[in-house]
Amino acid sequence: MSASPVLSSAAIGRPFIFSPPSSPRSMREKTAQKTAEILAHVGATPKLAAVVPASRLDGRPAPEMVPSGIPQLDWLTGGLARGCLTEICGTASSGRTSVLLFALARATQHGEVCALVDASDAFDPASAAAAGMEMSRLLWVRCGETRGVSRLRPFRAAQRPAAPQSPAENGSDFGRWKSQLGQMLKVTDLLLQSNGFGMIALDLGDVPVESARRIPLTSWFRFRRAVEHTPTALVVLEQQPIAGSCSSVLVKVSGRRAQGAGKKLSAFSSQLSGNSLRHSELPHTELLDQVEITVELLHSRLQNKLEKKPVQSTASFKSRAAWAG
Amino acid sequence: MFACIFIPDFSVQAILRLEPGLRACPVAVLTGRPPLEKVMALNDRARQTGVEAGATKSQLEAWEKLVLRTRSEAQETSAHAALLDCAQSFSPEVEDTSPGTALLNLAGLDPLLGPLPKIAQNLAWRVSQMGLEANLAVAANPDAALLAAHGFPGITLIPEGREAERLGDLTVDILLESFSPSVKEATRLVETFDRWGIRKLRALAALPQIPVSERLGQQGIHLQELARGAALRNLRVLGPRLIFDESVELEDPIVLLEPLAFLLHRMLEQVCARLRTRALAVQELRLKLELATTPDDCTSTSARTFARTFTRTLRLPTPMLDAKVFLKLLQLDLQAHPPGAPIVKIHLSADSARPRALQSGLFLPVFPEPEKLELTLARIAGIVGEERVGSVELLDTHREGAFAVRHFAPAEAAPADSLVKHEVRQGGKRKKEMSMSGNSSACTAGETLQESAQEQMGTVIALRLFRPPLGAHVTVREAKPVRLRCLQREDIAGEIVWTAGPWRSSGDWSEQEGWSREEWDIAVPNDVGLVLYRLVQDKLNGKWFLEGMYD
Repeated sequence: MSASPVLSSAAIGRPFIFSPPSSPRSMREKTAQKTAEILAHVGATPKLAAVVPASRLDGRPAPEMVPSGIPQLDWLTGGLARGCLTEICGTASSGRTSVLLFALARATQHGEVCALVDASDAFDPASAAAAGMEMSRLLWVRCGETRGVSRLRPFRAAQRPAAPQSPAENGSDFGRWKSQLGQMLKVTDLLLQSNGFGMIALDLGDVPVESARRIPLTSWFRFRRAVEHTPTALVVLEQQPIAGSCSSVLVKVSGRRAQGAGKKLSAFSSQLSGNSLRHSELPHTELLDQVEITVELLHSRLQNKLEKKPVQSTASFKSRAAWAG
Repeated sequence: MFACIFIPDFSVQAILRLEPGLRACPVAVLTGRPPLEKVMALNDRARQTGVEAGATKSQLEAWEKLVLRTRSEAQETSAHAALLDCAQSFSPEVEDTSPGTALLNLAGLDPLLGPLPKIAQNLAWRVSQMGLEANLAVAANPDAALLAAHGFPGITLIPEGREAERLGDLTVDILLESFSPSVKEATRLVETFDRWGIRKLRALAALPQIPVSERLGQQGIHLQELARGAALRNLRVLGPRLIFDESVELEDPIVLLEPLAFLLHRMLEQVCARLRTRALAVQELRLKLELATTPDDCTSTSARTFARTFTRTLRLPTPMLDAKVFLKLLQLDLQAHPPGAPIVKIHLSADSARPRALQSGLFLPVFPEPEKLELTLARIAGIVGEERVGSVELLDTHREGAFAVRHFAPAEAAPADSLVKHEVRQGGKRKKEMSMSGNSSACTAGETLQESAQEQMGTVIALRLFRPPLGAHVTVREAKPVRLRCLQREDIAGEIVWTAGPWRSSGDWSEQEGWSREEWDIAVPNDVGLVLYRLVQDKLNGKWFLEGMYD
């Protein structure tokens, strides 16, 4: 398009725009000439096809890692990534809750404000205190019924066991967990929007896999986008992986009983052999102490950003009872 | 030099302060018992339409566009308190002269606040920010400033020594209205001066002093000094007031949250503006609503109403000063706890505190903004319930699982290398103290190895509680549990392969809520392996239940 000269009238007043007269034929010729010039320029530009997608750029900044407090886990994964979603999965009594509580305790000890969204209301404050948690810096959100909770007389509540549930209301029923999971999603959204939390942990440890997998994948995408570029480490505790490609790191935790001195004890989990089991009596320290917790890195999207490590995907450490020295 | 802030038509302006939409309308304020209500004050627009003070309500029916409001003493008190707050934000020496009038000493403020014209302009602007239109006068003595503020609209500055010249144009009525002790006395003096042919203060000032003294006594001498602008006196200085209240009386009861929020927003803005003038913030906010309810017997023709109050208190963990945050918090609180009856009066009061001062640091961990955190907590409480969100505090008792949920108010970040000590309490008998130190903030291999030496103690195995505990049927052999079947969950059943225990504990035996229990740690196989549970027997009733799972 040709530029129009701006002229002003001889008299003092508003300037006016004056376009010189041009014929339609000359305009068409000029347009065709410009188009040819542009195409020639584009053709001469080298390596247009060699543009690298932003997701594959080597210069992409690596996320800041926050130590979990467990050296073996930190050595394996580099810690918990800020601005990313980390999944910790494992079966019952695998040690997953111990890992989560220790990571939360470590973060709170370093002055960070953390939040625990407890979908199944299973958090034990005494265990957290034993792990070294700074309770004043942990926000505990208990999903579930909204009626008042008997806080000062929990033992009396213990004397009134819950009413038996019908088979339809059993753990596999999604309806039973629907309200808890709905609350958990809403609360997590609010916490992620409020910023300033060093770590937000979602405890889905008791939620059946069938119910947990019915959480829409869009929710995990939303969480991943919300936590991105924030200093918050989002950690999800679950029985099996559920966040799919939204998680940056997936860790599987499994526990087994370490071989005690002078005792012939079977392993805990998959190494369990029914024939070798016999009823035996142990002191507390023998049963709960020295449980060997194995952490396996199933996948990590941050691996190429981390420092090079020996090719090893598992690490083990031993737990101890809260009262052991 | 002294300044006087005078609010003309104070009763009207006290109402317009909370209803700024009426400023463009003719407004009249009525007082008296129905149906004998009379106009006690009106604004300039109402005067221009021909309305006069003292007119009855029935006479006002001819003015269709005239807005009528009943006098509200509560709003006048709030407006006057706001005026005093504004004055005290400029000078420590403030006199509470009368409702809608304040005197303040400006001596020595020049180096701090600039020249007098600038101080006067800033003062007038600050008063207008409070929603009040004021006359402001600055003079060498308090009474001259008071007369000028009553007589001249806008901002008036009287240079020292020219008081008589500037005040001479004012009528004698202003002097008598401002200083005569009673209406009767003022009327008598007006009649006297009228008989003498004295209309202006200049004429009164020019009278010879001795004849005035002979005819009117000491009061006449005092009035003449006032007319000359030569009366000297000290201010009756007001002590610091730290009560920040706002009240609104409603003509029509409010039943919906939206109109209530609209009024609350205005009141909160006024409270925050008053606190801001004193460089203070809100620590606690109390909302008191007077509710109108009819008696249970609705068929009663008397339809008597009686008032009851509904109070909500917002205790803020840190002092804040954001009207929007307060409004949202009050909205969320009222949604969770509705008053349950129409509202006829709103009373809002705030406890003040020094604003939060925080020194930020590059190496301090991130911390949620207190205002945002409070809103988030209120919203979460609306989802899961008020008692299900907060920070945990273990109670000082041996009773298992005793804790309290407190309002979440995290303390400021401590230095990262601080030694953390904590006490472990388990079952009332197992106590250990563990100290841990963590000083790494980045996760590198070298630091990980350094930390490993400190964290070699291992991870404490955690317990996941069943809330409420699961009832269990337990087979006991040789005083030990050997087989388990959970009553609520079919997947928890089988032979107990390992047991540890029992741990016996009891407490509160002297009270009605005594407890006694026997605790076992057991291992039960399931599909994927062994699962560790805590099995408890209540020794008072002999029932077994699963308290939690070690994980």
